[in-house]
Amino acid sequence: MNSAQMVLMVAAVLFALGLVGVLTRKNVIFMLISVEIMLNAAGMAFVAAGAKWQQPDGQIMFLFILAMAAAEVSVGLALVLQIYHQHKTMDVDRLRELRD
Amino acid sequence: MNQLLAYIPAFPLLGFILLSLFGRKLTNPVIAIIGAGTVCLAAITTIVLGVSFLQTPPQGGAWQQLLWSWFRVGTLSVDLSLRIDALTLIFIFIITFVGALIHIYSTFFMRHDADYARFFASMNLFVCSMLLLVMADNLVLLYLGWEGVGLCSYLLIGFWYDVPSNCRAANKAFLITRIGDTALLIGLFLLFKELGSLNMGTILQQAPKHFVSGGASITLITILLMVGGMGKSAQLPLQTWLPDAMAGPSPVSALIHAATMVTAGVYLIARMNGLFQLSPVTMAIVAIVGAITLFVAGCSALAQTDIKRILAYSTISQIGYMFLALGVGAWSAAIFHFFTHAFFKALLFLAAGVIIEALHHEHNIFMMGGLRKRMPEVFLTFLAGAAALSALPLVSAGFYSKDAILWYSWSAAGGNPVLWLMALAGAFITALYSTRLMLVVFWGDMRSPVHEQPDKGMIIPLIVLAFFSVTAGFIEWPHNLFHLTLFSDQVQQVLPQTVMKENEPSEWLFQGIAALVTLSGVYLGYVLYYGKSGVRWQQSPGLSATRDFLFSGWKFDQLYNYVFVKPYLFLTRINKGDVIDKLYNAIAQGSMRLNSWFSVSQNGSLRMYIVGVLAGILFIITLQLLL
Amino acid sequence: MVITRFHPVHALLYLAVSFFSSSMVFLSLGAPFVAALEIIVYAGAIIVLFIFVVMMLNLGRETAQQEKEWLKPKVWVIPAALVLLLLIEMIILLFSEDKQVMQIAVVEPRKLALSLYGEYIIAVELTGFLLMAGIVGAAHIGKHKKTELHRFLQNGHTDKEKTTYTRKTETVTTEQTAIHE
Repeated sequence: MNSAQMVLMVAAVLFALGLVGVLTRKNVIFMLISVEIMLNAAGMAFVAAGAKWQQPDGQIMFLFILAMAAAEVSVGLALVLQIYHQHKTMDVDRLRELRD
Repeated sequence: MNQLLAYIPAFPLLGFILLSLFGRKLTNPVIAIIGAGTVCLAAITTIVLGVSFLQTPPQGGAWQQLLWSWFRVGTLSVDLSLRIDALTLIFIFIITFVGALIHIYSTFFMRHDADYARFFASMNLFVCSMLLLVMADNLVLLYLGWEGVGLCSYLLIGFWYDVPSNCRAANKAFLITRIGDTALLIGLFLLFKELGSLNMGTILQQAPKHFVSGGASITLITILLMVGGMGKSAQLPLQTWLPDAMAGPSPVSALIHAATMVTAGVYLIARMNGLFQLSPVTMAIVAIVGAITLFVAGCSALAQTDIKRILAYSTISQIGYMFLALGVGAWSAAIFHFFTHAFFKALLFLAAGVIIEALHHEHNIFMMGGLRKRMPEVFLTFLAGAAALSALPLVSAGFYSKDAILWYSWSAAGGNPVLWLMALAGAFITALYSTRLMLVVFWGDMRSPVHEQPDKGMIIPLIVLAFFSVTAGFIEWPHNLFHLTLFSDQVQQVLPQTVMKENEPSEWLFQGIAALVTLSGVYLGYVLYYGKSGVRWQQSPGLSATRDFLFSGWKFDQLYNYVFVKPYLFLTRINKGDVIDKLYNAIAQGSMRLNSWFSVSQNGSLRMYIVGVLAGILFIITLQLLL
Repeated sequence: MVITRFHPVHALLYLAVSFFSSSMVFLSLGAPFVAALEIIVYAGAIIVLFIFVVMMLNLGRETAQQEKEWLKPKVWVIPAALVLLLLIEMIILLFSEDKQVMQIAVVEPRKLALSLYGEYIIAVELTGFLLMAGIVGAAHIGKHKKTELHRFLQNGHTDKEKTTYTRKTETVTTEQTAIHE
């Protein structure tokens, strides 16, 4: 059992935990936190792969994921604020205005 | 002098642009100055041009001005270029001069109307389009003007658009002329296919070499062009729109539906004389159509009670004369009749407008009467117009032009006694209904009070037009009398000489007969309508059926209703549950069904969506593992 | 631990712990620059952003109570089972690969930067666009819509609007700090 595989496994576990979080929580903030975990896990997988081939590309990908996560969180949290102002709730199951 | 050409249509166009852009902000006097002033400027330009044209006739008999190239497609190159020769000069003179008088008249006639600017904008656009039509150097530009006048006619007939019947009349006019326009367009396409050019000069030059005289293709093309002209000029069987077009304001009827636009068909045929001469069949058809139209419309005019409808039917009838003259090959006579007709018919319409306004929008002539004393200027000018219309011998312009047509309809190469008899009957009827109109409106008891006297500004154009209605005929005398032919000398630079038959009876005889017939028509009218006898005759039951028949314009509307509208409605009713549509409906319904199935999954729950994504991932990875 | 907390602030603390540990993992993988960024951006900026939102929305004990009600076994068993399945599959996939020992070699930030502004320059610019869009989007969405009210009804609302306005500016500034790393 080598290092790269261990790291990838950690990433997979982190990803799975994040997914569970997204799926089980009803609160939008918790869902966003879980998404952060998942992104982190994906970034970790990239870095591990980069380390395995000893190339900087993996880390660059991590940088991009980082930037994307920052943008996503800022927009997502702005949305959360707006949702809270308009609906006075954070329950995603009650935000069903898109259903037909 | 060439450079002045473009200004003639440009002035009204400028007026149109100014009025349509800023019309709402301007006050009525400014609108009147722009609206009438631009047309007056065009008229002055035309007169300057015309004088220099007569003094120093240009080489080849025409001035040309190339403004710019419009478009080029393949071998077709269409230029925006204007051309003036004698024929065009007569038309633009009438359009701008009579147009200017009518504009001056309308500044007073329309002064209480809320849409003052819109009226003048449309009128200016009309004048511009009409000028383009007659000054066009090629048939595409002519067609542009042709459609432009159709559009303005539609806009102005439906000017008082808050009355539904006016809108229906406008639609009717537009749709029926559209039949003719389509025929014209197809004719133009065929012409281009045959000759590869739509330039008028080229067409007239090449046509005799390219076409066999009397061949099938030339006959087809000329018939299509003729149908186009018939639509615009309200000839049988496309005449039904013109009486309804009287829904527009009186100046509109005078300008568009009497003096200028309705003669566009005459212009087209006269301009394309080289083509029409190649097809004797079409010429005969033109003559026959003209003869039948003048008779039918004249009879209808006899039975009308609305003053403007009487004039409308008489316009159709007079244009019938022009077509007859064109058909028998009396080109210059047709144009001469157009020339005089424009004056006296515009005069009659404007005078009718004055009367209608003075009597609180009363159109029925039997509700008028006795106006001779109350409105003397209108009476005198109307008398001049009516005399010209009924072609009273020697003193009126209408006599000289109509007499020429009558004479040619017998003696010209294409003429024959039947046409002559029709025309003679038409002349009799014309005299009869003119007399009836005069007597009923101006003599007898006064049945409606005159509530206001017309403005001086409305009377002056009437007087000018009345002067021309009397004197316009003097520039062309019959061959046997003085033989003064100023008019046809000019016109024959462009139009071919009228070919005469050999060994015909003397012209004196025909003039005598025509004068006699006219006078007897007047006398009959006098007997029937003067004093009380007219009323008695009107009420006699035996004639009422005939009168109803004539009143409805020979039931043409009803006929079209049965022949075209009813079957069309029947077909549409059959096709209502369209078979082909069913297929498309099935597709639409199928997708609706699928949509309703899938929309169950669209439940708005975010976590359901994520579970869906997860299931997808699981499915793919499982596949990867298993395979 | 992050995903099972009821109180949001607790969850965030655990998230910070998670970030720190993954940063250590990066360090051990020979990526010191990325490890530093992980701490600065994730643990520094993003978590701060979350905390701001938690503060602004005033999520406290009652939220935790609510969360407790929401987080019933009935709710989480099925997704958890599914995810477990996914995890197992991923691990199987991982171990079905060849097993060669990896040498750890430190990739210097210098090499990283060269590559970043060399072959990935377009991606960098696109990321710039994305961040720009993120700023504009957040500023726009976060803007509290002005409710048009009759002036008799406005009195109660003006104070509230003022506060939301200041809050919004705060959010934007935090975002910018986050983005400027």
